[in-house]
Amino acid sequence: MLHPLPHSPSYIDPVVRIEALTGGYNGESVLESIDLTISHGDFVGLVGPSGSGKTSILKAILGILDIYDGRVLVNGIDTSVRRPRVGYVPQLETIDWNFPVTVEEVVMMGCTMNSPLFPWVTGLQRKAAARMMENLGISGLAKRHISDLSGGQQQRIFLARALVGDQQILLLDEPTSGVDIKTRDDIMHLLHELNHQGITVIMTTHEINSVAAHLPRVVCLNGRIIADGPPYKVLSTEILSATYGGPMPVIHHNGMAIVVERPHRFGYHARKDVDMDSSDLEHQDIV
Amino acid sequence: MFEPFRYDFFVNGIIAAGLAGALTGLVGVYIVLRKMSYIGHGLSHAIFGGAVVSFVMSINFFLGASVWGVFSALLITVTARKRTIGADAAIGIVTTASFALGIAIISKFKTFTRSFDAALFGNILGVSDGDLLALALVLSVTVCTVFVGYKLFLFTAFDPEMGRLYGVPTGWVDIMFSLILAATIVVSMQVLGVTLIAANVVIPPIIARMITNSFKRMILLSTVVGSISGIVGIYISYYIDVSSGATIVLVGSAFFVLALIYNTIQARRHRIRSYFKKKSAISRIPFSAGKV
Repeated sequence: MLHPLPHSPSYIDPVVRIEALTGGYNGESVLESIDLTISHGDFVGLVGPSGSGKTSILKAILGILDIYDGRVLVNGIDTSVRRPRVGYVPQLETIDWNFPVTVEEVVMMGCTMNSPLFPWVTGLQRKAAARMMENLGISGLAKRHISDLSGGQQQRIFLARALVGDQQILLLDEPTSGVDIKTRDDIMHLLHELNHQGITVIMTTHEINSVAAHLPRVVCLNGRIIADGPPYKVLSTEILSATYGGPMPVIHHNGMAIVVERPHRFGYHARKDVDMDSSDLEHQDIV
Repeated sequence: MFEPFRYDFFVNGIIAAGLAGALTGLVGVYIVLRKMSYIGHGLSHAIFGGAVVSFVMSINFFLGASVWGVFSALLITVTARKRTIGADAAIGIVTTASFALGIAIISKFKTFTRSFDAALFGNILGVSDGDLLALALVLSVTVCTVFVGYKLFLFTAFDPEMGRLYGVPTGWVDIMFSLILAATIVVSMQVLGVTLIAANVVIPPIIARMITNSFKRMILLSTVVGSISGIVGIYISYYIDVSSGATIVLVGSAFFVLALIYNTIQARRHRIRSYFKKKSAISRIPFSAGKV
């Protein structure tokens, strides 16, 4: 059963601490002076335009970003000293769906972190993989090829791989990109449920209205942190415009912040009968 | 039918072709799935240069070709990681330069040309007991490596970036497979010829991929298909008097066509089944079109 509220984070117990981090790729900084603390049980959404450093923050937590200044601590240990035990779900677009591999084989890859150089999967690891598939409702699909499944089921495979090693921190890179509304809803409910079981969830998203607005905590990012807090505080015209570098009008409806698009004039000459004027928005409750 | 088996050279040749086919089929799975097919093609040409140099310098063929092969494999793998050059360009430079060196030496010392026909296109007449031993040794080492490192190969081939995150030494896995590929080319050269080895590294895994969706089964199928192509190819080459390498590759290509037909029929059956399944599901919806 789904819990009505997200799991309450324990603010005295930070699991991720990013201190004055400047980092990037090949000598070029993508992130500048980032300070971010994520507590046990947090459910955080990172939003910002493409290239704003959302995925780079995830990579910094994973310990694979080039760090030029500052440090990243996961469970109190510097990621440059030891690679942290963190579950990671990449963007599904990056997966080779034609690769000859079954659901079960992908999930068992997640056990590799516990014994990367041991050649075989142990009986205990096999049982853990079966249990995780059962928990995520994909045990009946264990022997199926990964491309035979729906978008939601495919996302569950990689969630199972990320969590099978008993990881308590889960990073997801745009888990709802390219899926239909129903699948998106399923994925968000599943993440909510996992969060309620005590797993700290950090995810990136481009979907402000349908995803970020429903999360307990949102971090707006554009190379540096623009704002950090609950969506009703963070999702405002001023903050989002500063984050995206352009007008981002926000209206409030039933206590929820909604980013609206300004009417554009694409095809205006062809449809002169339609009078679209951006001033139409002015009577709305823009915050 | 059993007439050619009266000749020792044929028995040696057919065993060598079976072993070489199994070896290239096995190694090919990783090479194809890791999208390193061009490395296989390039490396075989690079090793040809080493083989010629070792012949001219009167060094043992296996030693010369192996040292050259290992050097080329490492150079290609390391250069391919440099973003400024790009993998394809790196392979192109290393392998064509090495192949050109071999050709240049052959044209300078014309007396050697005939001996290298076998290296270029494969010839079962020259398969010695030493060649068989080398093939068996490399095949055994490769089988053991794949068996022991199965988990690491699977992860590296499927998702190398995540593999690194999970502690898999993906760089070392790539280097090891490049070295195994170099050794495969050196020992298969006599049977398949450098110009045709690359085809045998690619065709059996692709056939296996069209038949199965499982990595484990793909390894087994590719090894078996490679071995059968080798044996059937040598047998046919005896009767039609065509170079062994070319016949083996043509047999592999014929198997590929059969697999393609099988794959097309399967896909069509699957589409028809899905269509009827969907149709019956729609008809169960009370307000679907036609029932309103």
